[in-house]
Amino acid sequence: MLNYVLRRLGYMAITLLIVAILGYIIIELPPGSYVEAEVARLRAQGGNLTQGQIDSLYRRYGLDKPEIERFWLWISHFVQGDFGQAFAYNMPVGDLIWSRLGLTLAFSVMSLIFTWVVAIATGVYSATHRYTIPDGIITVLQFVGLSVPNFLLALVLMVFAQNLFHMEVGGLFSSAYQNVPWSFGKFLDLLNHLWIPVIVIGASGTAWLSRVMRANLLDVLNMQYVQTARAKGLTENVVTWKHAFRNAIHPLIMVLGSSLPGLISGETIVALVLNLPTAGPLYFNALIQKDMYLAGAFLVFLSIALLIGNLLADILLAWVDPRIRYE
Amino acid sequence: MAEITTPVPQAPLVDDEPVSEVGQLSQTTLMRLRFTRNKLAMFSLYGLIFMYILVFFGPFIAPNEYQYQNHDYVFGPPSQFALTGPNGNLGLYMYPVTTVLDSENFEFVHTIDFNQKIPVHLFTKGDPYTMLGFINSDVHLFGTGDPAQRIYVTGADSIGRDMFARTLLGGQISMTVGLLGVAISIIIGSVLGTASGYFMGLADDAIQRAIEVIMSFPTIPLWAALAAALPPISESFTALDRYFLITIVLSFVGWTGLARQLRAKVMAYRSADFCQAAIAAGATDTRVIFSHMLPNAASHIVVSAALSVPGMILGETALSFLGLGILPPMVSWGALLRDSQQVSVIVQHPWILLPGAAVVITVLFFSLVGDGVRDAIDPYSI
Repeated sequence: MLNYVLRRLGYMAITLLIVAILGYIIIELPPGSYVEAEVARLRAQGGNLTQGQIDSLYRRYGLDKPEIERFWLWISHFVQGDFGQAFAYNMPVGDLIWSRLGLTLAFSVMSLIFTWVVAIATGVYSATHRYTIPDGIITVLQFVGLSVPNFLLALVLMVFAQNLFHMEVGGLFSSAYQNVPWSFGKFLDLLNHLWIPVIVIGASGTAWLSRVMRANLLDVLNMQYVQTARAKGLTENVVTWKHAFRNAIHPLIMVLGSSLPGLISGETIVALVLNLPTAGPLYFNALIQKDMYLAGAFLVFLSIALLIGNLLADILLAWVDPRIRYE
Repeated sequence: MAEITTPVPQAPLVDDEPVSEVGQLSQTTLMRLRFTRNKLAMFSLYGLIFMYILVFFGPFIAPNEYQYQNHDYVFGPPSQFALTGPNGNLGLYMYPVTTVLDSENFEFVHTIDFNQKIPVHLFTKGDPYTMLGFINSDVHLFGTGDPAQRIYVTGADSIGRDMFARTLLGGQISMTVGLLGVAISIIIGSVLGTASGYFMGLADDAIQRAIEVIMSFPTIPLWAALAAALPPISESFTALDRYFLITIVLSFVGWTGLARQLRAKVMAYRSADFCQAAIAAGATDTRVIFSHMLPNAASHIVVSAALSVPGMILGETALSFLGLGILPPMVSWGALLRDSQQVSVIVQHPWILLPGAAVVITVLFFSLVGDGVRDAIDPYSI
């Protein structure tokens, strides 16, 4: 097992390096630079910049050096924990991203738990109650869940929450609790703001996983050993959960890794709509403003989160299924 | 699989040849039969065909031109219709709308006048348009014929443009971007997947590592970063160029899944007897790949393509919603949804969510058709 983990860690390190390089190239791709955008902005405000001022701007942001040198500077500082300067915010990228990345991960993990709990419950129910009316409803909901873009779901839920429950949606706190110290009321308020994002981010993943769960369990329920278990007089509950379910959960763990990109990228766009202080809004803004160090750091860190998630999923799978370890 | 109910055609009896009764339906016919028996998939297929017709003949079907701005009809409500005329005669009539500027709140107040009725005519003259790139006309399917009293089937947007016309036009982009993106990812995916599985060695390693790296980026942030790299729209880089580059950006991520599956298939075929026989008989690599492997993998490619269309459509919608995809003057459903970023706007004017409904229906239809195709071609998969 340790051997397997070490080997996977080695692979991950190599992938990480390539991801960082590719991330930088992608971030460098957009035509123009932050300084050009800044110059255009200053000019639009009526300021008349001389060539000397523009040059000094380039020097200040380190954009006057050749490409290769800049990449080397970026990557060598990146490893040391210095991710460059966020131009638009005029502060180091490192100070800006941690809390936001943390929240993104927190939302992704919460949605993951939501996804698994709901997907397993509905999947098992609709497999054991095949072709009943609730199964039909669950199947329709699964298809709809897969077809609704999550930002649209966020918008619709916000409208409903506002119209039906007169709730203030969006952000992490209502305005009454925005700037007050922590209290039980504030905690409840936070919980009240969490459920919409968690449902919205997890919706499409839940729909998909629930379908996988249903199909797997149906396959397993047709096996002969399940018939045997029933024949020897076990209750249906024991047959389902102890005999069939344990063998049907395995493919679910296998797709755990591939469901993570959807969660993380879903989180970024939902956060923009729901106005959550996570990585998403800052990242897309940085892309539009060509704030490349900020965008690059986000892209690389989101990928790192994804790689770690994949690693954990693989380890979990190897732990559940010994065949994987010896491949 | 259930038994086939269609009668098996009888082959003509030839005296000196024994005739077998099985295997007279070709694989393709079997697949088609299985697909047509899937009611949900057939319904979705007809639904999609109907939507494509609606969308491509949109300028004719919609009563207004999509860029026409009616400054008196800002966030105007959907028109209300009546089925009887002023004398009680049958016919389609529209209640006129009067607009007053509320000078206190600086808002347009639209009131529907239920005492008057304006007849709706078929094939009326209205705004001129160009349809499908070559049909120039000013005849619309229906309208009042009076430029002062326009029909807004689903209301108007923030600068008084017809949401119905805009949604139809946006569909031209949104409903083709997925197909085009999938087509490109199939080409890249099958070339690289086959090469990876067939030649193995260094090429395989390189391609597999590339796939791993691309898959380690979260999809939407990666798409967004790539789309941000596209040049802004200018005279040398038109909106149409951007549209094509967006499809390439979408397929940049899309090909990886297919390439992986195809690699596994090709590796399995490689050790199969029919390929070994072909290689032993001296067939060239090209021949082995194109006449022995790809025809076998074709059904797999079709299934994978059918199932990846919805993801592409949703991807384009998300990108355009972020303002990184399709840009004005082109419209797509995602770009139209940019108007509805604020809840307060949606609560007051819910009809601006119409493009969202269009996305959901299209993606639902495509997923159901994709599922039907999968079940028809490969009935044993989950």
